[in-house]
Amino acid sequence: MTKPLKQIHLAAHFPGVNNTTVWSDPEAGSHIEFDSFVKLAQTAERAKFDFFFLAEGLRLREQNGRIYDLDVVGRPDTFTVLAALAAVTERLGLAGTINSTFNEPFEVARQFASLDHLSAGRAAWNVVTSWDAFTGENFRRGGFLPQDQRYSRAETFMRTTWELFDSWQGGEVLADKSSGRFLATPEAGTFAHHDQHFDIEGRFPVPRSPQGRPVILQAGDSEEGREFAAATADAIFTRHGTLEAGQAFYSDVKGRLAKYGRTERQLVIMPAATYVLADTDAEAHEKAHEVRLAQVSEQTAIKFLEQLWNTDLSAHDPNGPLPAFDPSVGENLISKGRASVRMYRDPVATAREWRALAEAKGLTSRELIIEVTGRQNFIGSPETVANTLNTLVQSDAADGFILVPHVTPGGLDDFATQVVPRLQERGVYREDYTGPTLRHHLGLAD
Amino acid sequence: MTGVTGPRLAVALDGAGWHPAAWREPEARPAELFTAGYWTELVRQAEDARLDFVTFEDFLSLRTPSESGARTDVTQPRLDAVLIASRVAPLTSHIGLVPTAVVTHTEPFHLSKAIATLDYVSTGRAGVRVQVSGSAEEFRHFGRRTPPAVDDLFDEAADYVEVLRRLWDSWEDDAEIRDVATGRFVDRDKLHYIDFEGRWFSVKGPSITPRPPQGQPLVAALAHNATAYRLAGRQADLVYVTPRDRTGSESILREVRAAETGSPLHVFADLVVFLDESSQTAADRKARLDERHDSESTSDAHVFTGTPAELADLLLDWHATGLSGFRLRPAVLPHDLAAITGGLVPELRGRGAFRTGYEASTLRGLLGLPRPANRYAA
Repeated sequence: MTKPLKQIHLAAHFPGVNNTTVWSDPEAGSHIEFDSFVKLAQTAERAKFDFFFLAEGLRLREQNGRIYDLDVVGRPDTFTVLAALAAVTERLGLAGTINSTFNEPFEVARQFASLDHLSAGRAAWNVVTSWDAFTGENFRRGGFLPQDQRYSRAETFMRTTWELFDSWQGGEVLADKSSGRFLATPEAGTFAHHDQHFDIEGRFPVPRSPQGRPVILQAGDSEEGREFAAATADAIFTRHGTLEAGQAFYSDVKGRLAKYGRTERQLVIMPAATYVLADTDAEAHEKAHEVRLAQVSEQTAIKFLEQLWNTDLSAHDPNGPLPAFDPSVGENLISKGRASVRMYRDPVATAREWRALAEAKGLTSRELIIEVTGRQNFIGSPETVANTLNTLVQSDAADGFILVPHVTPGGLDDFATQVVPRLQERGVYREDYTGPTLRHHLGLAD
Repeated sequence: MTGVTGPRLAVALDGAGWHPAAWREPEARPAELFTAGYWTELVRQAEDARLDFVTFEDFLSLRTPSESGARTDVTQPRLDAVLIASRVAPLTSHIGLVPTAVVTHTEPFHLSKAIATLDYVSTGRAGVRVQVSGSAEEFRHFGRRTPPAVDDLFDEAADYVEVLRRLWDSWEDDAEIRDVATGRFVDRDKLHYIDFEGRWFSVKGPSITPRPPQGQPLVAALAHNATAYRLAGRQADLVYVTPRDRTGSESILREVRAAETGSPLHVFADLVVFLDESSQTAADRKARLDERHDSESTSDAHVFTGTPAELADLLLDWHATGLSGFRLRPAVLPHDLAAITGGLVPELRGRGAFRTGYEASTLRGLLGLPRPANRYAA
């Protein structure tokens, strides 16, 4: 008996601050005017995507003690732009990253419950925690948390917002004019939560929203992150886009669900993915190389090297070999506000790997950076991309993908018109939305 | 307001209307209060009449403007006002959108980017009314136990607005350069740390959101006393006041003008309105609603019952004391909003005292306020 075909989930990411958005492309539009967000969201909705996704950053990055100026920078407030997008879309889920470190559970719960009402059940929350005092400097409550308390506070934060969402069960709003009863009970919304992180009580002012609570997205690859996601998330946003890495992550995380009394269908795994399309595979590869060159300018290559070397390399030649000396170890003082810096847990070892790779392949510094920071997942003709993507999903490397265009706002147009119909022909992608809420789109409604 | 010399008009939207029993009126749609369609329809109605702006009330607790406590016969629940304004913005084109935000418990960094974003999604029609909260219940919602002295709350609010404004200016208008030759997307010399350090909090900056279309969205405050006039005088562009009569308007205006430290404030008087074809009908309607509520509803603002023509007389009379305009609080929605747009506005137009078309596309433009220069620009 053959396994039934899985249905692919797709989402659109409007990129925030990163070097992969090719702002120098003649097609690149504004990244802050509302029209750009409308354009990408409406493209995603026409293509019947599950949701539109917006990341967040709460402090401008710095390098060498100055604001980083090479990447697209400047972005809107997550809640506000998602509420506005709810006005110009009808079915598309609206997902936003909201940091649990620099917010209070009462306020975030109130905003998400409001967004879920105002979008008629399309809100999703990508829960993140912040890790640095650098970001904390923008907030009145300032402080940050040691790494070992991040997940504990995040978990408690989530549990607390849950209690707030659940303080209304639904049905309390009678609005019965003749009897004069607006609420069924004077206790609607009553909550009390007391623990080491949050000591709050009172009444929550938003009646139960269409989805009850927003869909929960979770990123994070650490042991704690995987466990947290298995316990609480509806969907995971990951980086594992290749077959082997994807399958390993997929089986690991889905394997953790049972102990929380959950089934595999209750967690949708969606790696972030980029793509380059052209008429033929060969042309697509050529185009992909041009995109990489635009994403990693000579100046950007130097900045990437500095992040690993933790040293000012402004005099280094990007078209020559890698620096011959080892990175400076210890606290990274050169780069601030950049999560990826933490991934280099052993900078000296990484630098040696890079040097070996560059020597083996004869790469310049810039070419090496292009090689090691490459994240183009799908390159080829629409036919090839549709096949590759479908193969990954059918072989349980993922349930779908969050597509990150390298040009905004028109960067998903070709995917929507050329790849989506091919997936539909294969019977692995919806022809239309089957339910009103994001939970329906993700298959989580029941 | 080309050639028009009358008062400016705003409408304050709140739930089913400002009377606590408004939701029981035949036309009321209380089951729809938590839907986007309800708000969109009201704001469009106000825009069709060419009103200057609408406001959205908010609290961080379950309460009505005039009372608190657990009752089942009033519509206390509500949605976040900034998000309602944002949800309505793309579906309207000219009317100003001014949500309330409580500044006692929220982060100025978050609110600054939220209002800047409201300005982007409305292409220049955003404002915010900053509200101080001394409610013990709201403090408990944030794990705080003891509200500070009221004067401290207002001083903190003044710092808060200072941070909002500095963050809006923290990007110069032409900071985005997209210079391919040097690989630079922004000119970092046009991005500024705000380095705010106050008694209650400090904020480094710059904002993550570029300077909004209006440069500085409108900042409004509701004020009933000297402490609040001082906050408005220091930090607001517009203040709502609550005179009971013409003399009250004169004396409040004297106090407000004395508290001004910067550019002149717009002063709007708030009025709760019951409007009907005869003044008797309006008074009877108010009495009926009061009876339903089991007590006479009171308000911080003057409660007007009467005809659109009588209200026009009052507005023109008070306007002559130097008020910029009025923020009318419909007692019942949509009834009293319909009477404002369909009765009062034509009445004022008939007297040459209200616009027939929008003369600007931004809220600052409508209020005759220039787009401010950036404090950090060389």
